[in-house]
Amino acid sequence: MSYLVQVKNLKKNYSSKEAVKSISFNIKENEILGLLGPNGSGKTTTIGMLLGLLKPSAGEIKIDNMNFEKNRIEILSKINFISPYIELPKKLSVKQNLIVYGKLYNIKNLKSRIEYLTEKLRLEELLNRVTGELSSGQKNRVSLAKALINKPKVLFLDEPTASLDPEIGDFVRGFLENYKIENKISILLASHNMNEVSRLCKSVLMMKNGLIVDEGTPNFLINKHGRKNLEEVFLKLSRSENEFN
Amino acid sequence: MNLIRIYGLFLRHFYLITRSFPRILDLIYWPSIQITLWGFISNFFATYSTYYNNAVGIILTCAILYDFLFRTSIGFNMLFLEEIWSRNFTNLFISPMKISEIITSLIGTALIRALIGLVPAILLTSPLFGISILNLGINLFFLFLSLYIFGITLGILVSAGLLRFGPSFENIAWSTMFLIAPFGCIYYPVEILPNVFQKIAYCMPLVYVFEEARRILIDQTVNIENIYLAFLLNFIYLIVAIGLFYYSFNEARKKGTLINIGE
Repeated sequence: MSYLVQVKNLKKNYSSKEAVKSISFNIKENEILGLLGPNGSGKTTTIGMLLGLLKPSAGEIKIDNMNFEKNRIEILSKINFISPYIELPKKLSVKQNLIVYGKLYNIKNLKSRIEYLTEKLRLEELLNRVTGELSSGQKNRVSLAKALINKPKVLFLDEPTASLDPEIGDFVRGFLENYKIENKISILLASHNMNEVSRLCKSVLMMKNGLIVDEGTPNFLINKHGRKNLEEVFLKLSRSENEFN
Repeated sequence: MNLIRIYGLFLRHFYLITRSFPRILDLIYWPSIQITLWGFISNFFATYSTYYNNAVGIILTCAILYDFLFRTSIGFNMLFLEEIWSRNFTNLFISPMKISEIITSLIGTALIRALIGLVPAILLTSPLFGISILNLGINLFFLFLSLYIFGITLGILVSAGLLRFGPSFENIAWSTMFLIAPFGCIYYPVEILPNVFQKIAYCMPLVYVFEEARRILIDQTVNIENIYLAFLLNFIYLIVAIGLFYYSFNEARKKGTLINIGE
């Protein structure tokens, strides 16, 4: 089995708190893995470690068969991230932002890469506009273009469709599905939108109190917990007191 | 180090400056005001002080040198703060840029920012006050270079603090130069300071730079040893600052500051 992301016994302790308590999981090539959990469950900390923003207290992360801590820069050139909580420089035009990030990722044939993403993400009309003046939906598509500028092998998504209207949310989900199939990339999707997770993810990890408390396909989890949908499973796991610890 | 990545980060700030006329104006405005103000004070002292009788442009020259130092240091900090304010911090630190590439790019960009402000200010001094900083001759280059390195060093130190402690360190970023200025002996000889302060002053390269600037203008001589000493101190402080920046980055990864700053 070919895993693009391998996480083994990963822990993160802050001075007085264990944010992540020894978790292990893998992401296959061409797979979208969902990461669910209530606020404070350790999702952001886990993604922070996978992006190299946080140093794990213990455990190992391997991406594309390389140890993260030993090959940080090389791995960063193969991954990317999108979140509504971070932004691109607001005063720069969309095109300038894409050029800057193309250079930071040292992209060959940057012009054709920008043209490709512009067409796929319907950015033609936005290229010369100032990024800070765009609507949430437009900003989201620009952030997606930035996240794909380096043809990442692994994409980390933190609530990628939060604050988007249903039409744009649907466009983004459809785009991600197609892009994954065409480019065989792996995606880790952290989201509170259960319909989104059910639609996009082949398998799901449920986190609570820094632990993975359950995992499986959306249908498996729904059947296992005797619920109607993934949202009910999420609520059951979130409200239970250490039931799965 | 990868030159394209360094150029990429430079472009990010170059675009920012060139897109906004008020930003360019802001870079030029303060140095010009500063120089004009000190020009008139300088004229006053030249008329009424015996110390400055033989060197009309001494305060003005020192004001220009100090302003260059100030702009370089603040410029470096501004580039770093800009990433925090624009919530672009995370994007920058998840890109495959090495710390050395980030520092190199910001060093180059800070120089260009400082020069945008400095050149008009220097041009202003000649028609307004009949003074040219070029009177310092070839040594001017070494004095500027020394101040540039020290300004960058301060910028790196403050940025290390921002990395380690987060945006709350921002106030320190603005006050550093004001804390150091009295020990730099910018407008007065080092002998004016109390003994204890003199010892502190001699530990910084600034005092050697400004003492030499005054010596050249007043006596038309130069003590090359002082210039060497300034470079030696600069080199030591720069190495310490870069080391501290790497340390702060590692600590920020351990403590989660990079995530807190980024969102």
